[in-house]
Amino acid sequence: MPNAAYIMLIPLLPLAGFAVLGLFGRQHFRKTAGALGTGLVLISTALALWIAWQYFSAGLTNGYCPQTVPVKFTWLTFSSGLSIDLSMILDPISVMMIVVVTLISLMVHIFSLSYMRGEPRYATYYAFLNLFTFSMLGLVLSGNIFEIYIFWELVGCSSFLLIGFYFDRPTAVKAANKAFIVTRFADLGFLVGILILSFHAETLDFHTLIQRLTEPGPQLTSITTTSFLGISLLSWGLALVFVGGAGKSALFPLHIWLPDAMEGPTPVSALIHAATMVVAGVYLVARLYPVYSYSDPAVLKIVLYAGALSALLAAIIACTQTDIKRVLAYSTMSQIGYMMFALGAYGYTASMFHLFTHAFFKALLFLCAGVIIHHVHSNEMKDMGGMRKALPLTHACFLVACLAIAGIPPFSGFFSKEDILLAAWNANKLVYAVGLFTSGLTAFYMFRLYFSIFWNKPPAGHPHKMPLAESLPLVILALGAIFAGFSPFNRLVTYNGTPEAPHSIGVFAIAPVVLALLGITIAGNLYRKESDRPQRTAAAFKGLYQLAYHKFYIDEVYAFITKKIIFNLIGRPAAWIDRNIVDGLMNLLATVTARVAAGIKGIQSGKMQDYALYFFAGIAGLAVLFIYIYT
Amino acid sequence: MSASAVVFYILSVLILASALLAVTSGKIFRSAIWLLFSLTGIAGLYFWLGMDFVAAVQIIVYVGGIVVLIIFSIFLTQQSGKDLPAPVRARVLYSALAACLGFLLTCVLLRQFPFRQALIPDYDFAPDMSVRNIGIQLLSTKEHGYVLPFEVISLLLLAAMIGCIVLAIKTKPGDR
Amino acid sequence: MNHVPLIHILILSTALFFIGMYGLLTRRNMITMLMSVELILNSVNINFVAFNVYLYPQKLTGIFFTLFIIAIAAAEAAVAIAIIINLYRNFHSIDVEAADEMKF
Repeated sequence: MPNAAYIMLIPLLPLAGFAVLGLFGRQHFRKTAGALGTGLVLISTALALWIAWQYFSAGLTNGYCPQTVPVKFTWLTFSSGLSIDLSMILDPISVMMIVVVTLISLMVHIFSLSYMRGEPRYATYYAFLNLFTFSMLGLVLSGNIFEIYIFWELVGCSSFLLIGFYFDRPTAVKAANKAFIVTRFADLGFLVGILILSFHAETLDFHTLIQRLTEPGPQLTSITTTSFLGISLLSWGLALVFVGGAGKSALFPLHIWLPDAMEGPTPVSALIHAATMVVAGVYLVARLYPVYSYSDPAVLKIVLYAGALSALLAAIIACTQTDIKRVLAYSTMSQIGYMMFALGAYGYTASMFHLFTHAFFKALLFLCAGVIIHHVHSNEMKDMGGMRKALPLTHACFLVACLAIAGIPPFSGFFSKEDILLAAWNANKLVYAVGLFTSGLTAFYMFRLYFSIFWNKPPAGHPHKMPLAESLPLVILALGAIFAGFSPFNRLVTYNGTPEAPHSIGVFAIAPVVLALLGITIAGNLYRKESDRPQRTAAAFKGLYQLAYHKFYIDEVYAFITKKIIFNLIGRPAAWIDRNIVDGLMNLLATVTARVAAGIKGIQSGKMQDYALYFFAGIAGLAVLFIYIYT
Repeated sequence: MSASAVVFYILSVLILASALLAVTSGKIFRSAIWLLFSLTGIAGLYFWLGMDFVAAVQIIVYVGGIVVLIIFSIFLTQQSGKDLPAPVRARVLYSALAACLGFLLTCVLLRQFPFRQALIPDYDFAPDMSVRNIGIQLLSTKEHGYVLPFEVISLLLLAAMIGCIVLAIKTKPGDR
Repeated sequence: MNHVPLIHILILSTALFFIGMYGLLTRRNMITMLMSVELILNSVNINFVAFNVYLYPQKLTGIFFTLFIIAIAAAEAAVAIAIIINLYRNFHSIDVEAADEMKF
């Protein structure tokens, strides 16, 4: 097994990068910040790949992938059993996640070498990217539920810093605030859930926590028998933890921050809001999966329905959006919905597999979008079109990614999506139907995007020479999108470490592929050539189209709730109390003191005889006191 | 009520009345003269107690020295015929109150204290209070000798003299 | 002498002391304040002499203390006059209410 020191280096190298670039970046590393940041993440990626190679090859030979805790530092001890440790856990999903996070982060770092060149705050950008990489790596390696909460917040903070990177743009600032506030609000639920679970299980360590909450014992009985408002505390704890995960993973209705988060630089969107941070919620539920699946299937049902609803709604909205990044954002939300309902349908392996493949093709999509946006200097689809001559490599990679996401064999998305649908079929037929329909919609809107960018108008322009820093990540990610589907996930990444029985592809896979091809055909029909067919189709679906275009008016609902209800009912009275009562009390104290001081300053009259009188009065008083009262 | 007791009470009335007039008089010169009467009365008290030497010193130094000094300084600093400004009414009240309360408190304390009163000795045991003996005692270094306080007092007087000169000296304009 | 109890002489000196204190607190003229201080010192002298005569007739302690107090009072009166002259030069007034520069 790899040395614990190497495992600790994986997150600590980017942390060092953040510290150095953050403190000295502006003066000393103005040009070389990119090289430093990328170099550190490169080393982390190499270490992660090496560890994963060792871990999984051992798992293949032994037939079992154990959960080990190679690093553990006791930090805060509350009682003999309850302590916050800083520990790192190695089990199939965490090893897979460190590979994903470091690899995608490395791709984004390399891409940004060319994409963000000339940016005045270059060093700060790389510092934040390194901070994010550190936080995400810490999150996936956390072995202690409080530690994961710490890194959860750190990831949120890095996301805030990066979304609001262009802080002179008011939209970016608002988007950063929105992201942070919504996720913070969800994290409140997360914290309460942590407290409930850890209080009853009397431990914060994941391994012990899961053990105590799944095997019969005093902790499990205490948490299942205590109930609040008729629901057992175990359900409350798990549901609240899920709420925290839902906020970070942009599930309906806490998804409002994700489209606005596209205000950040595009490589940031690729890293954070497509491949890594938004899957943190899925990762959290996966980490606690034994508790969800054994002890409380009811909450798992909530996970199932929330994921399915999210997937469907996001897909519908994505069909109408015109900003390329917004389409990709809703696509992310939809795919995360897939991952979530896969977990809800007892499809642990399927969910993790989809997480793995999704990271590749989604990051690829965003990086291609970055190239396109830089080329046309606009985010809107109507400004693009006929770009297949001007950006040949981008065209190829984008096509590969779209085929992967649509689930066309033999690309990776086909395998993972098929696993998910199989799990859904076994669990709940309605959710299966929703998943099937959504996969058709996915193919439709992705190819709508593809055709609108690269076809639609007559091809123009000469082949644009792309710098190596931009083309290398695209090629690597495209290779991943093609070949990642062949990794033996069912043998390696399962919830208890032992391999699952492989299932044959067979007849079951036909339906989603057929629907996907249908979606592609419709999209090609509408968008391949410039015509008015899209507008006429939209007019045919008028009401639904308007609803979807305005994102189901969720943002307006939130704005109403916050402005009219929270601000007026809670905010204004609180401000009034603060200004008049709290401040008033302080002012009153100050005024009283000032008045008393003004009143008694007359004692210092400067006249010696007054002083002599006071002196004598004091002596007489003391004399009486000591002679008669304190004899 | 023997004659000496009567003499004592007359003397005490003189002392207190003069003192009271000294502190309340409106004209400053009169106030000084009432002080003079009061001090003379005290000298008389000393004579009545049989302390001739102390009485003589009182008259010479206090009456003949200090009161004269006070009168000279009155002449130097203001017109002695003018009325003194009246004190603030509040302060008069508080001071009178303080004085009366203090007096009562001290009297109560005095009454409680059992003074071990010696029998009045007859003249056989009376000490030799001649000036010669006082002088010898003043400069004696043996028991009951007061040479140390004597030396200290002389240092004090020297310091006082120098201090007075320094305080009261008038620097010529242009010197400082 | 034995017809007058010691207490009466002490009451006399106490009264003189408090009359002097009243004068010290009330009088606005610095020279009259000095006069009140002399009254206070004299009251203490009376005390010493009375104790010497009534309680320790064999000793001379009271006489010596009285002598010393008189000497000190004289020195102090001289210094006080010097100070008053100095203050008169600075404030051009003997009124003690005029020297209130140490007020708030």
